[in-house]
Amino acid sequence: MSLKEEVELLRQIPLFAQIEPARLKLLAFTSERLSYEPGQVLCRQGDMGDAAYIVIEGTADVLVNSANGPITVATLGPNDFVGEIAILCDVPRTATVQAVSRLVVLRIAKELFFRLLSEFPSMAVTMLREIAHRLEVTTTQLRGSVAEVQALRLAHPS
Amino acid sequence: MTDQPIALDAVPASPAFAVAEPSPSQPSPRAPLERSLYGFVIRHSLPDQLRITAWTAVSLPFYYYSLDLPKTIINRAIQGKQFPAKLLGFELGQIPYLMVLCGIFLALVFINGGFKYYTNVLRGRLGERMLRRLRFELYHHILRFPLPHFRRTSPGEIIPMVTSEVEPLGGFIGDAFGLPAINIGLLATAVYFMFNQDPMLGLAAIALYPVQGFIIPKLQRKVNLLGKQRVRTIRSLADRIGESIGGIVEIRANDSARYQLADFAARLGRIYEIRYEIYQRKFFVKFLNNFLGQLTPFFFYSIGGYLVITGSLTAGALVAVLGAYKDLAGPWKELLDFYQLKEDSRIKYEQVVEQFEPAGMIDYALQLEEPAEIPPLTGTITVTNVAYVEEERRVLDAVSCAIALDTHVAVVGRAGSGKNELGMLLARLLVPSGGRITIGDADLNLLPFAVTGRRIAYVGPSAGLFSASLRDNLLFGLRHRPTGDATYDAAMRRQRDRALHEARRSGNIDLDLKADWTDYARAGATSEAALMARLIETLGITKLDEDVYRLGLRGRLDPKRRPEAAARLLEARRALADQLSENDMVRLIERFDPERYNTNATLGENLLFGTPVDTTFEADKLAQNPYMRSVLDQVGLTRDLVAMGLEVAETMAELFAELPADHEFWEQFSFIKADDLSDFKGILERNRQIGVDRLKPADRLRLLELPFKLIEPRHRLGLITDAIRERVLQARKVFADGLPADLAPKIEFFDVGRYNAAASLQENILFGSVAFGEAEAVNRVRELISEVLTELDLREIVIEVGLDYQIGSTGARLSPLQRQKVAIARAVLKQPDILILNEATASFDTPVEAEVTRRLRDECAGRCIIWVMSRASRARGFDRVVVFDQGRIVEQGRPADLGKPDSVFSALVTAE
Repeated sequence: MSLKEEVELLRQIPLFAQIEPARLKLLAFTSERLSYEPGQVLCRQGDMGDAAYIVIEGTADVLVNSANGPITVATLGPNDFVGEIAILCDVPRTATVQAVSRLVVLRIAKELFFRLLSEFPSMAVTMLREIAHRLEVTTTQLRGSVAEVQALRLAHPS
Repeated sequence: MTDQPIALDAVPASPAFAVAEPSPSQPSPRAPLERSLYGFVIRHSLPDQLRITAWTAVSLPFYYYSLDLPKTIINRAIQGKQFPAKLLGFELGQIPYLMVLCGIFLALVFINGGFKYYTNVLRGRLGERMLRRLRFELYHHILRFPLPHFRRTSPGEIIPMVTSEVEPLGGFIGDAFGLPAINIGLLATAVYFMFNQDPMLGLAAIALYPVQGFIIPKLQRKVNLLGKQRVRTIRSLADRIGESIGGIVEIRANDSARYQLADFAARLGRIYEIRYEIYQRKFFVKFLNNFLGQLTPFFFYSIGGYLVITGSLTAGALVAVLGAYKDLAGPWKELLDFYQLKEDSRIKYEQVVEQFEPAGMIDYALQLEEPAEIPPLTGTITVTNVAYVEEERRVLDAVSCAIALDTHVAVVGRAGSGKNELGMLLARLLVPSGGRITIGDADLNLLPFAVTGRRIAYVGPSAGLFSASLRDNLLFGLRHRPTGDATYDAAMRRQRDRALHEARRSGNIDLDLKADWTDYARAGATSEAALMARLIETLGITKLDEDVYRLGLRGRLDPKRRPEAAARLLEARRALADQLSENDMVRLIERFDPERYNTNATLGENLLFGTPVDTTFEADKLAQNPYMRSVLDQVGLTRDLVAMGLEVAETMAELFAELPADHEFWEQFSFIKADDLSDFKGILERNRQIGVDRLKPADRLRLLELPFKLIEPRHRLGLITDAIRERVLQARKVFADGLPADLAPKIEFFDVGRYNAAASLQENILFGSVAFGEAEAVNRVRELISEVLTELDLREIVIEVGLDYQIGSTGARLSPLQRQKVAIARAVLKQPDILILNEATASFDTPVEAEVTRRLRDECAGRCIIWVMSRASRARGFDRVVVFDQGRIVEQGRPADLGKPDSVFSALVTAE
């Protein structure tokens, strides 16, 4: 795949929709295109993050460690964006991302990512919306979980 | 005269070392440096000086005759009346007589020149020998300086003394007797000649000499003093520069450049002042000399003229006297210059020598004595009432302890408690100011260094390494003296004998640097191979083997010198390829194939299809190489590459247009340097105006260079089409087939069945490019290589190549941790009876330190370790602990016995 095709691909992603093509080209050129074998890990929970990833081809699981081993919390497909939390907040990776099939991603280095955010407020707003949306989903899930736990406690009072 | 060379390959009982009970208090059998320059000259070169003087004396009659001859020619041949004249029994007419005399004159010119040439060579050679001797002695003195002296003297001061300051002395020494002798001789001859002509004129010629001889030295003395001051100031300037280089980090970090510059300017100012005054005085001396010199001709013209007019002197005689006077002025001037040079040299010599005789130098005999046998150290180290004073500070006081030579002892204490000095005293690096240290029943400081330096190993807090290979640094502790003779063929032997003779003439050491110096037995090995095995084992103790393995993979191996190793590495190349296909990892490496374009290599590498041996075909300049250009023209690729270059330039101009010039992306991603972008914009502009074909050759070359760096999967510019690949393969073939014979050695082509001498071990095993875009490819490949090499038992070959790694000046190309590991391995390798570690592992991580401690203690089981520690808690596993506080031993015993809560040891442990 050439740079031009990659730019086309990036334009399909809502996050980058507003960015002018020349910028997207620089983003594509300076980003690494990486292939992963099934089972290979992109990033590991607890490590410090230095990049975000856009899935170009294939699927990957997002896993979170629990007392009973890793739990899959989401599955990523083409055009999905992952790994931005750790580089935005300078916190360790919140989850492990593992390739399910042969996976092709675009790896965007932290520095470049920040640069794009500061230069393109529209991108920052899109990102904000995306994160708010995820928070909403997470909160809903949490609410559900809390309700379940309470139900269980009522059913089995100790 | 004790003009003996240091003959160390003689039997140990050679007279130089026949010291029954050497003691530092006895005078060393080798006299110290002569205090005065003439003392040094006479002691080491009197016969040579006399020979030069004798030759000079022999030359004088000829010289005298050559002075006399012009007078004969004028008076008797040209103005003479009595012919035929008699010469050696022949009767000659006027013209033949004149011609014969002129012929003799010419012959004399030739003979005089010959004498001059010969004595000049003799003098030059003598000067060089004496300079060599002096430098050698000075350097040897440095090696004998007591350690604390190095804290007071800086290399910046010492180095110029040995290198540049003594340099002019060589020239002077060659002339020390000869030049004054020849000039006094010439002067005497000329004066005698003049007195012969006319006593009055002779007297006139030398009348002013006493005046000059009296005044000049007086004036010179002040110049000499200034000269001394100048030498000192220059020395401190050198020291200052050395300090600035050493402290460059501090100067930058503290913005202290202005202060440094001001300080330097002030020093330069002082030198200027001194120099200026020297010039004023020196040239005044010159002026006075010239004036007095010119007074003499005044006498000649007035008195001589008067005598000729009154008829008591012939005109011919006056001409000859004037001629002789001209010759007189030469030697006289030379003598005066010599006097100034002598004074200058004397000061230099004295000022250098006084710096090289500090008190407490290591005894000469103890340093170089080679006992017939070096028995192992056994028994107990007994430290009795030892004190150590430095700069009038009592560092250690009344220290007594006993250490059995089969125990491991930890020495602990706060920083500055004296524990480090104890370590250095036991390693004989410092000498006690009072008390005694004995090993068995021998006084440590009276043993030859051949015993202590081989039986005791010491590792300090920062490793001293030398600019050589890693191997040489590790074997450093085994190289005390040649263990065998070097082998020479007849011609080399003669050369070596000459060098040896010359070294002895100059009092230099006569040991052969080319001989094998490695003491295999000391390392417990019997052969080079066994030593290598032992060395690799030793590397494992400090886990240095991993580092050396990695260095080895980056290193090169000469297949001509080690054909079997090269063959085995080719085996690894095949095994790696098999591994890759077995594990379904072929994607990770794209192997080199002469028939295929390697997409993960640059276009330039694909054209060359080999490793450049030197700079001829190096990647950066490949596009400029005339032969490469002719190949590209031949296959018609030039035009396409220039067109590709245009596209690359345009893409770069578009992508990077708005980035600031210092942005890291330029470095990381751009084909074009930030500074060159405007050039390329100009080229692109011209291209739009006049078309690519009419661009200047320089512009076209710059465009041509760009696509050479293209790697399609990395840059993804879509420029390397199938058609281009096809043509590159064609060019590759043309390049290889038509390669001229003189260029053939400049490249090692990729050949799957051949070891590539120009490529690293790793490149040879890979035989391909690691794929771009495969996640973790580099690490996975590295692991695979490691597996393959372990399986084939090849790690040792890699480590051996790694040992050839040049570590740079003071080991600068290694990390501080690696340097420390090398120092420890070096100490362990010589299997010392006593291993002293003076805070040697302070830079290690805690777990690594614990592991290294365990391994070192296992290695030295049954032998003695004295470990001066920075952390007292590490002392717990040791046989004994010695606790220092304020220069005294406050506690000693088994760690368990010192564990009471109120002990100093417990306090130290808790404080950590």
